[in-house]
Amino acid sequence: MERIPILRIGEYLLVTIQVDMHDRLAMTLQEDLTARIADTNAHGVLIDISGLEIVDSFIGRMISNISGMARILDADTVIVGMQPAVAITLVELGLSLPGVRTALNVEKGMKLLRSARNGAAASTEDEE
Amino acid sequence: MPVLKAESLQVRSENDVVLVRQAARKWAAELGFSLVDQTKIVTAASELARNTLIHGGGGAARLEALAEGVRKGLRLSFEDQGPGIADLELALKDGYTTGGGLGLGLSGSKRLMSEFEVVSRVGEGTRVTVTKWK
Repeated sequence: MERIPILRIGEYLLVTIQVDMHDRLAMTLQEDLTARIADTNAHGVLIDISGLEIVDSFIGRMISNISGMARILDADTVIVGMQPAVAITLVELGLSLPGVRTALNVEKGMKLLRSARNGAAASTEDEE
Repeated sequence: MPVLKAESLQVRSENDVVLVRQAARKWAAELGFSLVDQTKIVTAASELARNTLIHGGGGAARLEALAEGVRKGLRLSFEDQGPGIADLELALKDGYTTGGGLGLGLSGSKRLMSEFEVVSRVGEGTRVTVTKWK
């Protein structure tokens, strides 16, 4: 069966979506990724969608789901590389991906994950 | 209105939905739509083809390149012989869904395109026609 590869980089997972996904492939990715987060104790997931020409409501929902599931598994998700035309279309479609963090590229996404971890650790110490 | 070119595709599987997207992309690019408009057209095609598959139980998609005076357009129609839509007004509301999705397929496609029309009869089927003008 066709699958989207999930790469491990240190404590992060990187997924690069380059194909025009049909719905089942998106569902498989959701399952594979949550399993990999649990297996590897990853603290962050970067999903590079620079190769995606569209994000429709189905893929939008998948992105929100992954982000929510990862959060419950103690991992942050950052979506990187969204094409400007895709962003314009998404908002007009009515999807603003609430709760999903984004960055312009993988490098910035990685930085965001690092600072999110450090920030979260610092604020927990402050509050408790 | 003169139709320059037309093509019909079946929508019977998830893979057909991908093929409809790819055809819509190719036609939109050939007609000279901007990248943003191409993206909107392909996204609407994806939403509507999925509706045809999931809610209509499969059907057909038709692409037509239009010319009206100097302006050009792309019309996409999706037809199924499924259960039909009982309450169109409700189906067009943001967030209303019977398919477990986000409920943005119809209402979102309407926003992405220039013209939008739904004809549906309960027990007979649904036809959604959308057009984007350049």
